[in-house]
Amino acid sequence: MILETSIDVLPIVSIIFGFQFLVIRKPIPNLKRVVIGFVYVLVGLSLFLLGLEQALFPLGRLMAEQLTNPAFIYGDLTAVPSAINWGDYYWVYLFAFAIGFSTTIAEPSLIAVAIKANEVSGGAIGVWGLRRAVALGVAVGITLGCFRIVSGFPIHYFIISGYVVVVIQTFFAPKMIVPLAYDSGGVTTSTVTVPLVAALGLGLAETVPGRNVLIDGFGLIAFASLFPIMSVMAYAQISEYVAKRSKKINLN
Amino acid sequence: MQTALFALFKSMLGSLRDLLPIIIVIAFFQLAVLQQPIPGFSNIIIGTLFIVLGLTFFIYGLEMGLFPIGESMANAFARKGSVIWLLIFSFCLGFGTTVAEPALIAVAEEASEIAAMGGMIQNNTDAMESYADGLRFTVAFAVGLAIVIGVLRILKGWSIQYMIMGGYILVVIMTAIAPKEIIGIAYDSGGVTTSTITVPLVTALGVGLASAIKGRNPMTDGFGLIAFASLTPMIFVMAYGMII
Repeated sequence: MILETSIDVLPIVSIIFGFQFLVIRKPIPNLKRVVIGFVYVLVGLSLFLLGLEQALFPLGRLMAEQLTNPAFIYGDLTAVPSAINWGDYYWVYLFAFAIGFSTTIAEPSLIAVAIKANEVSGGAIGVWGLRRAVALGVAVGITLGCFRIVSGFPIHYFIISGYVVVVIQTFFAPKMIVPLAYDSGGVTTSTVTVPLVAALGLGLAETVPGRNVLIDGFGLIAFASLFPIMSVMAYAQISEYVAKRSKKINLN
Repeated sequence: MQTALFALFKSMLGSLRDLLPIIIVIAFFQLAVLQQPIPGFSNIIIGTLFIVLGLTFFIYGLEMGLFPIGESMANAFARKGSVIWLLIFSFCLGFGTTVAEPALIAVAEEASEIAAMGGMIQNNTDAMESYADGLRFTVAFAVGLAIVIGVLRILKGWSIQYMIMGGYILVVIMTAIAPKEIIGIAYDSGGVTTSTITVPLVTALGVGLASAIKGRNPMTDGFGLIAFASLTPMIFVMAYGMII
């Protein structure tokens, strides 16, 4: 596992040190500390992935398969109707929402960005507030994405309407949050979320009649990276509104 | 020593708290909804311990290694004043970290299967492999270009929203003309490219640059690099689907 992670990290390390020694040509401040930090990141990420593979992924994947199985949804295979009703998949939506939220909370790259944003904003953006806002966005996104697979609507209608909402929100959201909100879309989907969500999408596309695994199995990640943009801007708008209102009350 | 151990213990508790929601969700669905026992209980306990330890180490290392190196390099480039080298570095960082990304390799392989099924390429291993490699390099190039554009934006102080909106318009236009089979993969490719190590590094680079350059605000100018990196792959993958 450590070997695998090292191979993934190798290009990054060689680019950084290559440029540091050949172009910048200055010693790295606190070199020893930085190297130890890299080793920590490497060991940490390896342990993290090993643990996920051992404990959570097999169970999560199995669960995604079982929950999307028509035998579970209709209680009995003989009870499966020929035309499915999207409302019958309520356990799937609930699972999608819960797994989207909880995996995003544990996502290491989101933790990193939240720490940085908190530091740069001088505490105005809370680490937990941002993480919860992003997690809520991912949860809603994945739930809608599952609904899309079940109902069979074309993906681009959802994504394009999402873009319209993002553009409108951009004009009203506080200026300082906009770049961070755009970033949070890409940050959310990595180590923990992608494998579990992908299993859910493939499970659904395989079992819902009339869906093609190869075509409909994709697209959940796109939902998961679009909706946090909205939820983070909404979070900033709501906190701004609350702050303004409490100020008004204090003045009165 | 004792205080160090206490600090480690405290951050491990923090990591456990990060992990708790997943454990609750999985336990609830397994026991209450699917009504099945939890298989391999001891494996799960050991695995959870690994995850908690791993997350704790990762966050320690982040603050010791990844953030400082990203920022010190941003500073050094800003002081050196060589825009060309900074842009070359940005491209390499984006390209190099994406081309070997395991999630991307997996997606590219699946995409080649779709292309073969859809009759876009010949249905044999050679054609599929070259299609997958082409896709992988396309996405990596797109990410490299994204970081370059994002860094240029920080240098020039361009406003991010119009650039992102321009990107959205491009995505919409491309969606209308790209082959239907590629659209799902193209949309997903935006999200899968940014790995756990790339994100903190690129964020530190952006914030470091915006802090080092006069007149830039780290909050409004420093963030946004990842946003470009998740937008350009969509456009490029659809273009790739149209050409091939």
